[in-house]
Amino acid sequence: MLVFVIRRLLQAIPILIGVSLVVFGLVHLVPGNPIDMLMPPEASPEVIAQMKAAFGFDKPLYMQYLLWLSRAISGDFGLSIFNSTPVAGQLMDALTNTLKLAILAAILGFSAGIALGLIAGFNHNRWPDKIASVITTAGVSMPHYWCAIVMVLACAVLNDWLPAQGMGDDQDPFLDRLQYLVMPVVTLSFIPMGVVGRLVRATVLEILGREFPGALAAKGLTRWPILRHVCKNAAPPVLALMGLQFGYLLGGSILVETVFNWPGSGNLLNIAIFRRDIPVLQATILVLASFFVVLNLMVDILQAAIDPRLRR
Amino acid sequence: MATEAAVDVRNLTAMFRRREGDMAAVNGATFSLARGEVMTILGESGSGKSVTLKAMMGLLPDYASITGEVRVAGRDILKLPPAALAKARGGELSMIFQEPMAALDPVYTIGEQIAETIVKHEGITYASAMQRALALLERVAIPSAARRLKNYPHEMSGGMRQRAMIALALACNPTVLLADEPTTALDVTVQIQILLLLRELQQELGMSVIFVTHDVGVAAEISDRIAVMYAGRFVETGTVREIMRHPKHPYSKGLLNSTVLGGLRGRRLETIPGSPPSLSALPRGCAFSPRCAQADVRCLTTQPDETVLGPGTIVRCFHANTAMAEAI
Ligand SMILES: Nc1ncnc2c1ncn2[C@@H]1O[C@H](COP(=O)(O)OP(=O)(O)OP(=O)(O)O)[C@@H](O)[C@H]1O
Ligand SMILES: [Mg+2]
Repeated sequence: MLVFVIRRLLQAIPILIGVSLVVFGLVHLVPGNPIDMLMPPEASPEVIAQMKAAFGFDKPLYMQYLLWLSRAISGDFGLSIFNSTPVAGQLMDALTNTLKLAILAAILGFSAGIALGLIAGFNHNRWPDKIASVITTAGVSMPHYWCAIVMVLACAVLNDWLPAQGMGDDQDPFLDRLQYLVMPVVTLSFIPMGVVGRLVRATVLEILGREFPGALAAKGLTRWPILRHVCKNAAPPVLALMGLQFGYLLGGSILVETVFNWPGSGNLLNIAIFRRDIPVLQATILVLASFFVVLNLMVDILQAAIDPRLRR
Repeated sequence: MATEAAVDVRNLTAMFRRREGDMAAVNGATFSLARGEVMTILGESGSGKSVTLKAMMGLLPDYASITGEVRVAGRDILKLPPAALAKARGGELSMIFQEPMAALDPVYTIGEQIAETIVKHEGITYASAMQRALALLERVAIPSAARRLKNYPHEMSGGMRQRAMIALALACNPTVLLADEPTTALDVTVQIQILLLLRELQQELGMSVIFVTHDVGVAAEISDRIAVMYAGRFVETGTVREIMRHPKHPYSKGLLNSTVLGGLRGRRLETIPGSPPSLSALPRGCAFSPRCAQADVRCLTTQPDETVLGPGTIVRCFHANTAMAEAI
């Protein structure tokens, strides 16, 4: 197991380097030079050259990459082309905002999904299965923004239960600020709840169709210990899906962040694309992709810890 | 006799409810087994052997209904409340499965799976249960047992997995062991080792064993009594000697004649013409009648009752008496 963990950790390094190369390269493949975009058409060639030198665009590409990477590793992502503020600060703020939503939505969505999936799987074709399946199917098929808008209407416009948007003031008491989280978190949790619920149900059904749950009953185990065995067997694929879903949540949802006016990573990414703010774009994608790699690594290790057949 | 029987099964019936109509995979099985006796259920694939064993443990899925009585030590297993049923399963009544790879949980070690059973039944500490598990693996002759205790099922060979399965089944000293084709998935040399091990353990522990196989040779080797099963019914039961020497049911005869052991050496092997009927479309009369050379109008229209020829010896055939006369 230890050998497996070390090997996986080492394997992650080339992946991360590859990711950084792709991120760096992708942005340079986009047509349109960011400086040209930014400068007024009547700007003199000298000024443009000066600007390019200031942002490092005059150096050969590989130098630009190495410079960018070494700074990025030390947490310096340069300045935003658009407003010359440090990228790291913007990114940090946006990621913290998104992380709050992502973690809460994951906890809510995953636990609801797992509970619904188990209820459905263990009551195959009976009414609890049907009810749970309706809920999970609704979770995956309702459009995000529609749920968000309906919820805003119901809870903020027609009634005055929750604030419609924003994140609240830092001076507000903690509980008041918590209220701002409710609607975006609930909205974001629908899809993870739905997909996890459906996978848990399918996996449980597949496992119950095998012989060993019967054999467990034959050796005298009762419902709960058998449930424990089934859950452990079902865990690896479900963990993989949860890792993926959490990765999506970290990327932030532009729609949900827009509806609730929540300045998270989805928002940042969107704005950076429109402004051709290459340093911001690179930094955001690099950090998100690295999160993805690390998340995958953790899922791999967890899966192998649970299922010995995966330790290869 | 009935009071000292280790297992007493009366009229055991297992129905699968299905959209196309109910299907009786086991139909009125009746037999009893004394302490220390080994009975083999012999029959072709699909005749309901596995379902019989599972029904005895009340282990069928919930779209199946089980009726009849299964008395072990005087208590009817099928009428026990859930907690007592769980106590009996793996306690006095235990089961070995055909495919140990499928019947063992792939993500727990062998040691964990055995210890879990012992803790459940005897309430001792996990550590001492693990000690017992080690002793059990040694008892079923698994080499370097201490290391194997920490193995997962996929890390063992087929024969070793079946030994581990046997250790698991014997963990809480059952009085009745149900063994569902425990050697079919193994290659021949390993099969013999496992059979010898089972017989040795059976004699040592004085267990009653119900052994399922479709191999007449294995049945003759290991058992005291044989029950021949055809299309969900026990068509003939008797001692090994009786059935091997003088089978009374035409199906038993056919089964014996189609094996090297039963057919007299030097004689041609015969096969039974036709194939077993589908359980969901059984003929109205005797299920074997379409394949039977002796079948007459009565066989085709009425289901023959059990004819009791002696204690534990029954046959379901209108022609059994003539067959007996022939044999004498
Ligand atoms: N869970 C189930 N649901 C529906 N039908 C079943 C189920 N289990 C078994 N059957 C049916 O019951 C019949 C008897 O099956 P069983 O497994 O007892 O046969 P068997 O005698 O053990 O055969 P084999 O030698 O192949 O193991 C088969 O027709 C099978 O299709
Ligand atoms: Mg079978």
